[in-house]
Amino acid sequence: MARLFTRLRVALLATAVLAASAACGDGFDDEPEQQSGPANLQILIASSGDAETNAVKEAAAAWASATGNTATVTPAQDMVQQLGQAFAGGTPPDVFYVDASRFADYASVGALEPYADRISGGVEDFYSSLRETFTYQGKLYCIPKDFSTLALQINTDLWAQAGLTEADYPSTWEELTSVAQRLKDADITPLVIGDTRDRIGAFMVAAGGWLVSEDGTTATADRPENLRALQYVQDLLRDGLAVYPSQVDAGWGGEAFGKGLVAMAVEGNWIKGALSNDFPDVKYTVIPMPSGPAGQGTLSFTQCWGIAAKSQYKEQAINFVEYMTTAEQQLKFTEAFGVMPSRQSARAGYLQQFPDDQAFIDSAEFAQGPVNAPKMDSVLADFDSQLQGLAEGDPKAILERLQDNLTTALQG
Amino acid sequence: MASTSAPRRPRGRMRTSQRSGIYGRQGSAGWLFVAPVVTILGLFLLLPILMALFVSFTDWNGQGSPFTGSVPMVGADNYKRLFAEPGLARLDFMTSIRNNIFYVLVVVPTQTVLALFLALVVNQRLLRGKGFFRTAFFFPSVTSSVAISVVFLFIFTNSGAINALLSFFGIRGPRWFSDARGVVHVALQNLGIVDAPPAALTGRNLLGLSWWEWISGPSVAMCAIIALVVWTTSGTFMLLFLSALQNIPVELDEAGDLDGTTRWQRLRYITLPMLKPTMFLVLTLGLIGTWQVFDQVYVMSQGDPAKTTLTPAFLSYRTAFREFEYGSGAAISFILFAIIVVLTLLQRWVMRERDEPRSRSRIARAFRRAVPSGGAR
Repeated sequence: MARLFTRLRVALLATAVLAASAACGDGFDDEPEQQSGPANLQILIASSGDAETNAVKEAAAAWASATGNTATVTPAQDMVQQLGQAFAGGTPPDVFYVDASRFADYASVGALEPYADRISGGVEDFYSSLRETFTYQGKLYCIPKDFSTLALQINTDLWAQAGLTEADYPSTWEELTSVAQRLKDADITPLVIGDTRDRIGAFMVAAGGWLVSEDGTTATADRPENLRALQYVQDLLRDGLAVYPSQVDAGWGGEAFGKGLVAMAVEGNWIKGALSNDFPDVKYTVIPMPSGPAGQGTLSFTQCWGIAAKSQYKEQAINFVEYMTTAEQQLKFTEAFGVMPSRQSARAGYLQQFPDDQAFIDSAEFAQGPVNAPKMDSVLADFDSQLQGLAEGDPKAILERLQDNLTTALQG
Repeated sequence: MASTSAPRRPRGRMRTSQRSGIYGRQGSAGWLFVAPVVTILGLFLLLPILMALFVSFTDWNGQGSPFTGSVPMVGADNYKRLFAEPGLARLDFMTSIRNNIFYVLVVVPTQTVLALFLALVVNQRLLRGKGFFRTAFFFPSVTSSVAISVVFLFIFTNSGAINALLSFFGIRGPRWFSDARGVVHVALQNLGIVDAPPAALTGRNLLGLSWWEWISGPSVAMCAIIALVVWTTSGTFMLLFLSALQNIPVELDEAGDLDGTTRWQRLRYITLPMLKPTMFLVLTLGLIGTWQVFDQVYVMSQGDPAKTTLTPAFLSYRTAFREFEYGSGAAISFILFAIIVVLTLLQRWVMRERDEPRSRSRIARAFRRAVPSGGAR
C-alpha cells in the first residue's frame, strides 16, 4: 500500500515537473512591445504562383532598401492552416494576406490589428464594396489588396462552330438558356459552372437574393429569390445545358474551358493567367454575367493586407502596406499576375493595360462580396456539399437547411 | 520487485538497513536508467495528450496560450454538441462516423483476407520467382501514401484507366470522385428495386442522420479510397502473415497430409489456428489504422463529394485548424480515441483464448491426438 502511494507521489511529481516545464514557454500572452527603428518584417502570402511570389518579393525588396528595413516574403503552402498555427503559437507573421471569406474569423478573435484609420491619405479611394467586406462590427480592419469578379467567358471558336454570332452573346437568363440549347444541339457542352457558392452565388445575386442580410447579422437564405436562382441553375444542370467541372474531368471551370470541352464558363479574371499559361491557343471573349430577374449581379473576391495584433513592428508594417497599395504599385502587380487594383484611381490605368477586362472591372458596380461573419466556414462548406448534389436535390430543402445553419452560426 | 528477488536476507546488523542495501538501490538505479525515456515520452507524448484533453474542455480559439484564465472553460459542451444538440456540428460528426464505419467494415476484412491470400501464395514452396512477388506485393507499403493517392486520382478520373478498363467490358464507369451516392443505393437502383430513397427510411432519423443515410453504404468516391487503402496495406500485413506462416513447422502439414486431409482442411484446421496471434495483431492494427484514416482523404477528396469521405480524423483537423474551434476538434479526436480503445478491447474479448476448443471436427480431434503439442498452443 505504501508503495502505491510512493508511486502515486512520483507520478504526480513527474506530471507537475512536466507541466511546469511546459509553462515556461508561456510568455507570449502580453501585448507585444513596439519596436522602432529598422524592422525585420515577416510577410506570409497565399501566392497564386511564381509570378505573384516574385512580384511581391521584388516590391518588398524595393520597400526594404528605400526604408532601411528588411522584409522576408514567404509564400504559404496552406495559408489557412499556417496562419492558424502561427496564431496559436503566438508568433504570427507581421503582415499577411487575409482572404475575405476568412476575414471575420480572424477579426472576431482579435488576431488582426485594425490599422485602416492610420493609413496616410485615407481610405476613400478604395472601392466601397471592398471596404465593406473588411469591416467587422463597424470598424474597417485592413486595406484591400486587389480584387476579382466573376464574368462569363465565351470560346469564340466553339461559338462559331455552333453557328452563333456576337449578336447571340447572352445578356439575360432567358438568352443564356436559349444559346445553351443551341450549343447543345450542335453537340457542344454549353456551360461549366463551379459546384460551389462562389460561382452559383452569382445567380443568387442576379435574382436579388443573398445568404445574409446587408449588415451580416440575419440569415436570408430561404428567401424566394434564392430559390428561384437555384431552380434556374438546377434546370440548366438537369437539361444538360450546364455541367460541373468534375463531370467533364476538369479540376475547375478554367481547365474545362481551356481544354475546349465547354463553350462558356463562369470564372473570374484569374482565368486569364491560367489560359495564357496552360492553353495559349484558346480564343475567347469575356462578357458580364447575364442579368437575372433583379438585374445584373455577380460575386467579387478580394484579399487584404492583414497586420497581426501581435506584431512588434506595427508602424513599419503599416508603412509597408501603404507602399504596396499605392496605385502605381498595384498596377505593377496587375501586370505581373492579373488581379484588379483596389483603388478607384487606378481604374483608368488598368483599362489602359488591359482593355479586354472591361467586363471584369465593370462588374465591380454590382458585385457582392463573400459572407463576412465569423464561424461561417463549416456552414458554407455544408452548403457547397449540398450544391454538389443540386441536380438531383431539392433546392427548397437545401436553402432551408442552409437557413437553419446560418441562423445558428450567426447567433453563436 | 525487490521483495521477490531477495529470497535470502542478509544477517546481523545489515538486516536493519535492508531497504537501503544493494537491492534497495536497484529501484533508483532502475529509475535512472529509464529516466531519459520517461522524460521524452512524458514531454512529447503524455503531456501533449493531457494538454489536448484540457483544450477539449475549453472554448480556445487559437489565440495565445490555452492555459490562461482568459480562455473560457465550457465543461463538456464540446462533447455535448457532438451528440446531444441537433445542429451542424452533430450532423458533420455523425456523417463522419457513418462514413468511417462503412470504411472499417469493408477495409479490415478485405485487407486481412487479401493479405492472408497473398502470404499463402508467396509461401508456396513450389512457386518460382517468390522474391519478385514478395517485393511487388510489399512495394505499395513502402511508398509514400501521398504519392500513391495522387496516382490513384489519375487512375480514377472519369477518363482514367479504371473507367477505360470498364468500358472495355461494356460497363460505363461512374464518375468516381463526384458521385456521392452510396453503393447500396446504386445497387438497388440498378436492380430497379428503388428509384428514390423510401420515405420510411428518410423520414425518421437517428442522431441527426436519417436511417437511409445510415444504411446507404460507402459512397462511390469512398470506394475509390477503400480500393487504394486495401491495395497499400495488404502488402504490409502480408509480411506479418508470411513470417507467421514460415514459423509453422512443415511437419504439421505433412502429418495432415498423411491423415488424408484436403488442402482446404489443412488451411482451416492447421494453418489458421496457428496464425491466430498474428490474425489478432493484423486485425487490431487494421482497426486502429482504418479509424485514423486521414492522409488519403486530405489528398484525394477533402471530405467531398457531399461529405461522403469525411472521416473523424479529417473532421477534427478541419474543425481545429480551419474553423479555429480547437476545443471541438480536440473533443472529436478524444472520441475517436475512445472508439478505437473500445473496439480493440471488444475484439480482444471476441478473439480471446478459450480453454475448451470449440472445434468439433473429427479431423481436428484426430489431429490433436496425432500432434499433441503443436495444435494446443
